[in-house]
Amino acid sequence: LMTRSPNWFSYEKRVDSRTIYVGHRPCPDTEAFIPSKFCDNRIVSSKYTVWNFLPKNLFEQFRRIANFYFLIIFLVQVIVDTPTSPVTSGLPLFFVITVTAIKQGYEDCLRHKADNEVNKYLVTVLEDGRSVKKESEKIKVGDVVEVVEDETFPCDLILLQSSREDGTCFVTTASLDGESNHKTHYTVPDTEKDLQALTATIECEQPQPDLYKFVGRMHIYKPEQEPAVRSLGPENLLLKGATLKNTKKIYGVAVYTGMETKMALNYQGKSQKRSAVEKSINAFLLVYLCILISKAVVCTTLKYVWQSKEGQDEPWYNQKTQKEKDTNMYLKMFTDFLSFMVLFNFIIPVSMYVTVEMQKFLGSFFITWDKDFFDPEIQEGALVNTSDLNEELGQVEYVFTDKTGTLTQNNMEFIECCIDGFQYKHRDTWSEVDGFTVTDGPVNKLQQKEKEELFLRALCLCHTVQVKEAGSEEVLTDQVDGIDEMRPQLEEERGFIASSPDEIALVKGAMKYGFTFLGLESKSMKIKNRENNIEEYKLLHVLNFDPVRRRMSVIVQTKSGETLLFCKGADSSIFPRVKPEEVDRIRMHVERNATEGYRTLCVAFKQLSAEEYAVADTGLREARLALQDREEKLIAVYNQVETGMSLIGATAVEDRLQEEAAETMEALQGAGMKVWVLTGDKMETAKSTCYACRLFQRGTELLELTLRTLEDERLKREEKLRELLQEYHRKAVQDAPPVKAGVTRSWSTANQDYGFIIDGATLSIVMNPQHEVDASQYKSLFLQICQNCTAVLCCRMAPLQKAQIVKMVKTSKGSPITLSIGDGANDVSMILEAHVGIGKEGRQAVRNSDYAIPKLKHLKKLLLAHGHLYYVRIAHLVQYFFYKNLCFILPQFLYQFFCGYSQQPLYDAAYLTMYNICFTSMPILAYSLLEQHISIEILLDNATLYREIANNAMLRWRPFLYWTLLGIFQGLLFFFGVRFLFSNPALQDNGQVFGNWSYGTIVFTVLVFTVTLKLALDTRHWTWINHFVIWGSLAFYVFFSFFWGGIIWPFLKQQRLYFVFANMLSSVSAWLVIIILIILSLLPEILLVVLRKPRGPHSRQVYLSLPFPFWILPFYHIHPILCYSP
Amino acid sequence: MYNFPGFIKQAPIIRKTDRADICLKVHTVSLSFLSEDIRMKNEGKSAQRPDNTAFTQQRLPAWQPILSAGIVIPGFLIIGLAFIGIGIGLFLTSQTIQVQEMDYTGVEKDSPCFRCTIPSNLNCTCEVTFSLSTLFTGPVFFYYGLSNYYQNFRRYGVSKDYNQLTGDTRYFKSRSPEEDCSPYSYDSNNNPIVPCGAIANSIFNDTFELYQIINGTKKQVPLDGRGISWWTDYNIKYRNPSPVNGSLAKAFDGTVKPINWPRPAYELDLTDPNNNGFLNQDFLVWMRRAALPQFRKLYRRITDGDYAAGLPAGNYSLTVHYNYPVLSFDGRKKVVFSNVSWMGGKNNFLGLAYLVVGSLCVVMSVVMLVVYAKFKFSDDDDA
Repeated sequence: LMTRSPNWFSYEKRVDSRTIYVGHRPCPDTEAFIPSKFCDNRIVSSKYTVWNFLPKNLFEQFRRIANFYFLIIFLVQVIVDTPTSPVTSGLPLFFVITVTAIKQGYEDCLRHKADNEVNKYLVTVLEDGRSVKKESEKIKVGDVVEVVEDETFPCDLILLQSSREDGTCFVTTASLDGESNHKTHYTVPDTEKDLQALTATIECEQPQPDLYKFVGRMHIYKPEQEPAVRSLGPENLLLKGATLKNTKKIYGVAVYTGMETKMALNYQGKSQKRSAVEKSINAFLLVYLCILISKAVVCTTLKYVWQSKEGQDEPWYNQKTQKEKDTNMYLKMFTDFLSFMVLFNFIIPVSMYVTVEMQKFLGSFFITWDKDFFDPEIQEGALVNTSDLNEELGQVEYVFTDKTGTLTQNNMEFIECCIDGFQYKHRDTWSEVDGFTVTDGPVNKLQQKEKEELFLRALCLCHTVQVKEAGSEEVLTDQVDGIDEMRPQLEEERGFIASSPDEIALVKGAMKYGFTFLGLESKSMKIKNRENNIEEYKLLHVLNFDPVRRRMSVIVQTKSGETLLFCKGADSSIFPRVKPEEVDRIRMHVERNATEGYRTLCVAFKQLSAEEYAVADTGLREARLALQDREEKLIAVYNQVETGMSLIGATAVEDRLQEEAAETMEALQGAGMKVWVLTGDKMETAKSTCYACRLFQRGTELLELTLRTLEDERLKREEKLRELLQEYHRKAVQDAPPVKAGVTRSWSTANQDYGFIIDGATLSIVMNPQHEVDASQYKSLFLQICQNCTAVLCCRMAPLQKAQIVKMVKTSKGSPITLSIGDGANDVSMILEAHVGIGKEGRQAVRNSDYAIPKLKHLKKLLLAHGHLYYVRIAHLVQYFFYKNLCFILPQFLYQFFCGYSQQPLYDAAYLTMYNICFTSMPILAYSLLEQHISIEILLDNATLYREIANNAMLRWRPFLYWTLLGIFQGLLFFFGVRFLFSNPALQDNGQVFGNWSYGTIVFTVLVFTVTLKLALDTRHWTWINHFVIWGSLAFYVFFSFFWGGIIWPFLKQQRLYFVFANMLSSVSAWLVIIILIILSLLPEILLVVLRKPRGPHSRQVYLSLPFPFWILPFYHIHPILCYSP
Repeated sequence: MYNFPGFIKQAPIIRKTDRADICLKVHTVSLSFLSEDIRMKNEGKSAQRPDNTAFTQQRLPAWQPILSAGIVIPGFLIIGLAFIGIGIGLFLTSQTIQVQEMDYTGVEKDSPCFRCTIPSNLNCTCEVTFSLSTLFTGPVFFYYGLSNYYQNFRRYGVSKDYNQLTGDTRYFKSRSPEEDCSPYSYDSNNNPIVPCGAIANSIFNDTFELYQIINGTKKQVPLDGRGISWWTDYNIKYRNPSPVNGSLAKAFDGTVKPINWPRPAYELDLTDPNNNGFLNQDFLVWMRRAALPQFRKLYRRITDGDYAAGLPAGNYSLTVHYNYPVLSFDGRKKVVFSNVSWMGGKNNFLGLAYLVVGSLCVVMSVVMLVVYAKFKFSDDDDA
C-alpha cells in the first residue's frame, strides 16, 4: 500500500554514493586519497545575516502583492504630479514595512540564537589519538566523534564503538519522531577495538530525509588481509538530534553533517498554509481594486467630458502652463487616471495587512498563555508554531484523529490471553497457582500446560524489549501501571525498554504468569520459568516489525539445538500464515476482545529444520548486505520465512481512553464537526474505541465497507464494492431528509445517524480501482456518503493513506477546512496535509503541527473557545477595515464631482496619512485581540454556537455586501450632509465663511467619530483596554487636530489646516451637523441590532431565552454524566 | 403580565480576577525547530507554566453592554424628542434671518448690468436697485457670490507661494522653475510677480457702493471692510514683508503686480494703510478657497453710523463697478445681504434635518415597541 515510487526515482537519479574515510585516514585500496568536499556541520535555520537582512527582507516583502501595489502607488506619486504628496502613502508603507521587518528580524534573531547554541556546542573529536574539544559546527565528515550519556548526537554518526559490552547503545529519538522509547543501535560488527588503528571507508547513499532508511557498506582494511565488508543499516546510524541513553559513551564516525543530516533535511520545505480568511481578504481586495479602478475610470472619463464644454477646460482664472498645453492628450489622460488612482488608493487599506499580522501574532499568545492548556505532568502548555491559522480553528469542518495515543492513552495493560481457544484471565488473588487461571477450563490438563508454557515462552522471546540495567540510578522508564504488582520475590527492580508499549505489556503479562524475561546478553536471551529455572535461548535473527507487515518474528535456538521461530502480529497478518483449522478457535476470542476495545495480537510459532534455517539464514544475510532495495528484499525473505506456522494463542491488551475523550468528541460533533478516526488498528478495536468515545452511539447505523463485507460468492470484489457504495449512498444521502444549513444534526433531533467504516484495503480499491473510469465515481459516492455520516472510521490505514484521505476531503466540493490531530510520526503526513495540524505530545508531530496541545481534551477549548473567538475577531477586523476605508474615500470621490474632476483631495494630507495608522487602527486592534462577543464559558458549554460561524459565515459575500452598503450609506451621508450645510458657507456667528479645508475637516471629524463609535457599538466586551483605546483615539484625534492646526509648521509648504479645526469648533452649526450625521449614520446599525434580536436562532437567544441563572451555569441538566466502561 | 425580552435586566458579568500565581514567566515562541533541542535540555529546570493573570487568561473584568430594547426604545424616544426640540429651534432661528439676494451678472437683456457684460466696455458701472419693506436688522453682512466658479480646482488651489505670503522677500524673486505658481509666476517680461499664482491673480475685483434712496437723494451706507477675514489669517498666518525704509512699496522692489490687478499689492487699499500688501482683508477672504463651485464670500459689514441697527425699510441702490468676467465660463455673480444668528447665516437644512431625524427616531421607537410587544406574545405562545 505504501507508494515507494518517489524513493525509487531518487535512487535512480542519485548516481553517486558517498565515500567516507574514517578518521581521514587514506586506505590502501584506493589509488589516491581524495578528500571529498562535504558541507560543514553548521545548522542554518536563519534566513538572514546582518548584512543581507535589509535587501533580502525588503525583496521578500515587496514580493507580496499588496506591498508591491503600495510601492507602485508611492512611485507614481513621486514621479507624476499627483494631488497628494508621496508622504501620504509612503509613510504608511514605511510603517508597515518597518513593523514587518522588525517582527521578522526578531524571529530570525531567535533562530540565530538557537542555531548558535547548537553550532557552538562543544563536542569531543578523536584526532590523531587525542581527544580534542571542538565546536560542533567544525565537525567534518569522517571525524570520529565521542558522545557521552544524555548528550545529543551532533551529526549523523555510524556507531563504531560503544562502552557497552555487547556493542549496542540506547537512543531516544523523542525530538525527532516523538517516540520516547529507547531504541537499540548496534556497532558495526567486528571492527577494531582500537579506533586509531582502524582503517576503513564507508560507502553510503547520499543524504535523504527518510529517518528510517539508510543503506551503506563499510570496507575494513587490515594489513595483509582481504578488506572485510560489513553492511550498514539504520540500526548502525545515530541520528543528529537523538539522545544517547543508558550508555556511558560511544564513538562514531560522522557521515552526514550540518544541513545534510536527516534531521535538517526533514525540516526543509515545510509548506506554507494559507488560511481561508486570507483568501477572503484577497477576494475582497479584488472587489475593492475593481471599485478603485472604476472610480478612477469614471472620474477620468467625466473629467474629459466635462472639459469638452466651452470655458470649462481652461477658465481665465486658471490657465494652463505651456508644458501642460504641449502634453499629449492621451498621456494627460493616463496621468489623470494615475492621479485619480493615487487619490483613491486609500480605499485599499494599507495598514490592514500589518494589523492582521499583528493581530495574529499577538493573538496567538493567548493560546500559549492559556493555563487550561498547561499539563502539569509534562510541564508544558500549548505551543503555537504558526500564528497564521488562528482563525482557521474556528472554521473546522472535519476533524481527523489518530486513535492510538490520541483518542487513547497508548498506555497498555495486559488484560487476558487466549491459548488454544481457551480464555485466561489474570486474577489478582495470589491464592491460586500463579494467579493464572483458566476461566473456561481445558479438558486435558497436561497437554494444555505444555501449550500454556509454549505461549508464555513465545511472549518472553518474541520481542525487542531491553531490560533496564539494574543499579542504574534512573527512574524506570516503562509506562505500565502494573509495576507494583510485580512478584514480591523479585529483589531487583526490573524495568523494560522497548519500541512499543505493547511489547512491554506482553512481557509483563508473561511475567505475571510466571515467565520472566531476564535480558539479552551477547545474543542469548535468558528467561526464568515457573520453576525458577533459567532457560537460555540463542537469538539468531530478529525479523523486525513494520507497519506494512504488521508482525514481527524472532528465530531462536534452544539449548537442545532446536531452531524455533516465534511470530506475533495482527490477526489479519497472522491468520493467513497459519493452519486454517487452528484459526477458528481463536478468531472468536480475538473478535470478542476487539469489540471490547482491546488491542489483540496473535502468537504463532514454527519449528525450523536445519535445512530450512540454513536457507532462511543465507537469505536474510544476503538481503541485509544489499545496498539497493534492501527493504524490499528483506521483506521478501521475511514473508518467505514466516509461513506455515501454527497458531498458539492471542493476547488482549487494553489501551485506555484519553481523559475526557468522549466529552471532547461529543462537543466536536455538537459543534457540527465531522470526526473521522484514522487508525492503523484493526476494525473491531477501533470500533469499540469509537463507541467508547461516543462517536458511534447506540442509535447509529453503521455502514461498513471492509474486506469482510466485500466478500461475496456471486460477485467480484469491485462489483460488490460498487453495489455497496450505491446502497449506502441511497440510504445515507438520497433518503436522508435534506439538512438545513446551520441547523444540522444535534442530539435532540430524531434523524437517523449513520456511521461509516472503511478499511485500508478497501480504500485503496476505492481510490485506485481497476478501471480508471470508475475512480471519480467511486470517490464521489464515497465522499457523499461520508459527508452525511456523523462519524467515519477508517481502520488499517497506512500513514500515507491517512494523508490521502485528508487530501481527498480537503479538495472535495466546498473545500472544507480540515484539522488533523495526532501524536506519532505516522500522523505527520496527515498533520501536514490538513489545513490545521495539531500535534500532541509526540515531538515529531508537535514539530510538524501548527498547534500543539498536551492533551486531547484541550482540543475542545482550542476550537470552541479560541477558534471561535479568533474567527469572529479577525472576520470583524477584515470587514471593518474595508468598511472604514470605503466610507473614508467615498466622500473624496464624490468631491470630484464638485471640483471639476481636478483631483482635489477633500482631506488634508495629514488626515489622509494618519487615518489608518493612528486615528482608527488601535480600537480595532484592541477589539480583535480582546473581543468576546460570547463569553468563553458559554462557548464551551454550547458547542452548537460553533455552527453559527461555520462555512466562513462572517466573511461571505452577504456580510461583505452589508458592510459595503453600510460604508456607502455612511460615505454618502457624510458628504452630502456637509454639502447641504455648505450651501451657505457662512457658518460662524460673525458672518465669516468656511473654505474647502473646513469642509474636509468636518467630513473627516464625522468620519472618525462614526467609524470609531460603530466599533464601540459592535464591542460586546468592554475591558479597560477597549475603553482606553476607543476613547483615547477619539481624544487623540481631537488633540492632534488642535495641535496640527495650532502651529505654523515650518516644514510644510502650505499651512492649509491652520486654525481650521479650532474655527470649526467655534461654529455651532458645525457641531450640530457633526452630531446629527454621526447619529444618523449609526441609526440603522442600532435599529438592526434591536430588530434582529427577537427573531431567528441568533447567538444570544440560546442562553438569553433560558431562565436567568441557567445560562451562566454549565449545562448539567442537558448532558448525562459521561462514563464509559472499559 | 409580560416582559419585553430585551427588558430583562442583564447583570454585567464581571469575572473576578484570578489570583496571579507567582511563577516563572517563560513565553516560548518556538520559531525554530532547533530551539526545541534546547528546550529538551532545559526541561525540568524551568517550568513553563503560563502566567495566571486576568489578561493572559482573557478574563479581564469587562462591561458587557447589551443593546436591549429596554435601553434602545426610551433612548430613541429621548433622542428623537431632543432632536425635534433642536430642530424647531434651528428652524425658527433660520426663519428669523433676513436675506436679500440679487443676481447682477447681466445675462438678461433687461437687467441693469447687461451692458457691462460686453468685454470692450471697460470701467463699466451699473446700478441695481432694491427695496426693503421692513427693517433689515443689523449687523447686516454684505456677501458677494459666484457660481460655476471652481476655486477648488486642484491646480488653482496650489497656485500660490506661502513663503511669499509670510513676507519672506527671499521668495519674491528667486523661484525654482517647477513652481506651483506657474503660469502666474512671471509676466511677459520675465519679471517676478508678487503675490504669484492663480488665486491671487484672480482676486474678485468688482466693487460696490450702497446707497439708501431717501426722497430721491442717495445717502451712502458706510461699509465696514474690517473683520471680514479670519482673525488668524490676518494676524498670524499672512505677513507683510518688513517695510524698507518705512515704505512697504520698497519691499516689493523688483517685482510686478499680478497681471489682472489694477494696482500692486501695497496699494490695494488707498484709504487704509493697514489694509495693504498681503494683509488686505479682501485678499485674505479670497485666498481662503471656497469648498464648492457655488459659493459666497463676505464683502463688507454694515455696522456703522445710522445703519448700525440695520437697514431701515425703503429703497436702496447698489452701484456696481463691474470688472469681473464670469460669462466666459457661464458663471453668475450675485450680492447677498444677510444678517446672522448664533448658527451663522440662513440655512434651513440643519433645522429640517434635525426635525426629520428626530421624528424618525420617535416613529422608530413606536415601531419597535409594537414589534416587541408582538414578538413577546408569540414567544409566550411557544412556551
